[in-house]
Amino acid sequence: MATGVTAPGVVRVRVPGRSVRHDLRAIKIVLHRELLRFVNDRTRMVSVLVQPVLWLFVMGTGLSTLISGRAAQGVDFRTFMYPGVIAMTVITTAMFSAGSIVWDREFGFLREMLVAPVGRGSIVIGKCLGGGIVATGQGVIILALAGLVHVPYSPTLILTLLGEMFLASFTITAFGVSLAARMKNMQSFFGVMQMAIMPMIFLSGAMFPLANLPTWLALLTKINPLTYAVDPMRHAVFSHLSVSPQVVDALNPGVHWFGWHVPVALELGIVALMGAALLGVAIAQFRRTD
Amino acid sequence: MTTSEAPAVAVRGLRKNYGTLEAVKGVEFDVRPGEVFGFLGPNGAGKTTTISMLCTLVNPTGGSALVAGHDVVRERDEVRRNIGLVFQDPTLDGYLSAAQNLRFHAELYGVPRDVVGERIKQVLEMVALWDRRDAKVNTFSGGMKRRLEIARGLLHSPRVLFLDEPTVGLDPQTRSAIWGYINKLRHTEDITIFMTTHYMDEAEYCDRIAIIDHGEIVVIDSPEALKASVGKDRVQIQTADDETAITALKERFDLDAAVREGMVTFAVASGEAFVPRLFSELGVPIRSVSVSRPSLDDVFMNYTGSTIRDAEGESGASSVMRAMARR
Repeated sequence: MATGVTAPGVVRVRVPGRSVRHDLRAIKIVLHRELLRFVNDRTRMVSVLVQPVLWLFVMGTGLSTLISGRAAQGVDFRTFMYPGVIAMTVITTAMFSAGSIVWDREFGFLREMLVAPVGRGSIVIGKCLGGGIVATGQGVIILALAGLVHVPYSPTLILTLLGEMFLASFTITAFGVSLAARMKNMQSFFGVMQMAIMPMIFLSGAMFPLANLPTWLALLTKINPLTYAVDPMRHAVFSHLSVSPQVVDALNPGVHWFGWHVPVALELGIVALMGAALLGVAIAQFRRTD
Repeated sequence: MTTSEAPAVAVRGLRKNYGTLEAVKGVEFDVRPGEVFGFLGPNGAGKTTTISMLCTLVNPTGGSALVAGHDVVRERDEVRRNIGLVFQDPTLDGYLSAAQNLRFHAELYGVPRDVVGERIKQVLEMVALWDRRDAKVNTFSGGMKRRLEIARGLLHSPRVLFLDEPTVGLDPQTRSAIWGYINKLRHTEDITIFMTTHYMDEAEYCDRIAIIDHGEIVVIDSPEALKASVGKDRVQIQTADDETAITALKERFDLDAAVREGMVTFAVASGEAFVPRLFSELGVPIRSVSVSRPSLDDVFMNYTGSTIRDAEGESGASSVMRAMARR
């Protein structure tokens, strides 16, 4: 650890051996870089916002003219869409963060990380935590729009959503990183990402309530892991609205397994477990590319 | 400067195959502590593959290598802690500033916190980039980026600094500046430098060079000793009819000539004394003649049978191999 001097004024650094402290430093700096990159990249911040705002205010407003008066007595369709749009924003941002690994590979920076005397685990964990925080940060902008769609600014709601957003984005980043580990260029990553993300969002209940669906569609939504990330967010939003039980049944039916209502805690547990498993896959992928 | 006796790099029978392609065919050499050791060869000769194995980036197919006393396969982290790397292709984050790139490196290598700031200043001053420390790397020229990479490679005071074609694609002024830093390094840091190059003039700066061709080391020695070993001068002539001239040289003087860089080229002892005979006996009109003392080009030609530029033309496999080694 000490430094010696080999020539006048030259600090000679002694790099210490591998330790948990060193791994934590590595995680922290990889994470720090993700945040720096996000803050510096305004274009990305804006471009990721365009889609949810379109969904919320253009699609949401348009569709609400069809739906109001039927199932959604007194509930703005945009209020229903709101948690789904949060989920979409968070997922897209997290995928972008994961995709930056491919970008790093293309521009050589990944090599700088991979030749360092740190475990692959530290790099992947740093990347996933970074992706999680960045995506949550992006979600905060959508949270700020709550008032426009009649969702109250309640501290408990905001805290619950923040936690759920982070959990979802960490898991999605881990998913993205495990995909990106082997990808050599951005085009193929975005191709695969579109292919994976679109159906997941469509089948997650982000855009329509998961009630009274045909059996085949209901089955697909239950298999879709994203369903278990979106439902808790909707649950949180609806528990802060004052609406009739019929409306809640129609718009926030929850997820049922053979007639059993899956509790929110279990849903969150599923997402967390998936996140941990995907993180393991991502680390294994990077170990294998050695 | 104190140097221990053990070699900085010790390589025994190191091999690497990519499928059926034998990129490196059992090379052996030692690099002495504190020396500047050059790997000279055309693109595709196996330079980058060898350096990638020494840097733990590519697993060898066979053989062994110790870097700073540690095995490149079994003690990968130990090797990584003790080496600095400057690759052919840039590995900087262009969206971060120069200082941020170095800070990232320091954290990743676990440089003790109390010396990070001072050390960053020192290496940036060495490559004359301290004034630009807060500028984004994207705004840097190719030469500045390479200088920054050298600074970064030195940040954690490695025992061995690997430079893979450190000056390729740079203008002559920057190239000489980079050689200035490398020479300065030898005095200020207790370090061994291992580099690859396909520039003959740069190989002259090395203490010793290994000529590598088709995955094998042909010869290892100091540039002076290698040049002395050639013994003959190089003669280049421009003639009205190169084909006839080559035949005539073979028939009348028993000299093997070939067209190199557009001129009929051959090696002969005491070249100046040979020129008058050449004019009177060749039988082909000569437009111009030049005689030169052996250079590393001649050394290369003497040991491999072709000039480095001609060797590069023939190796189509080079880019494939580099792409594989790079991953």
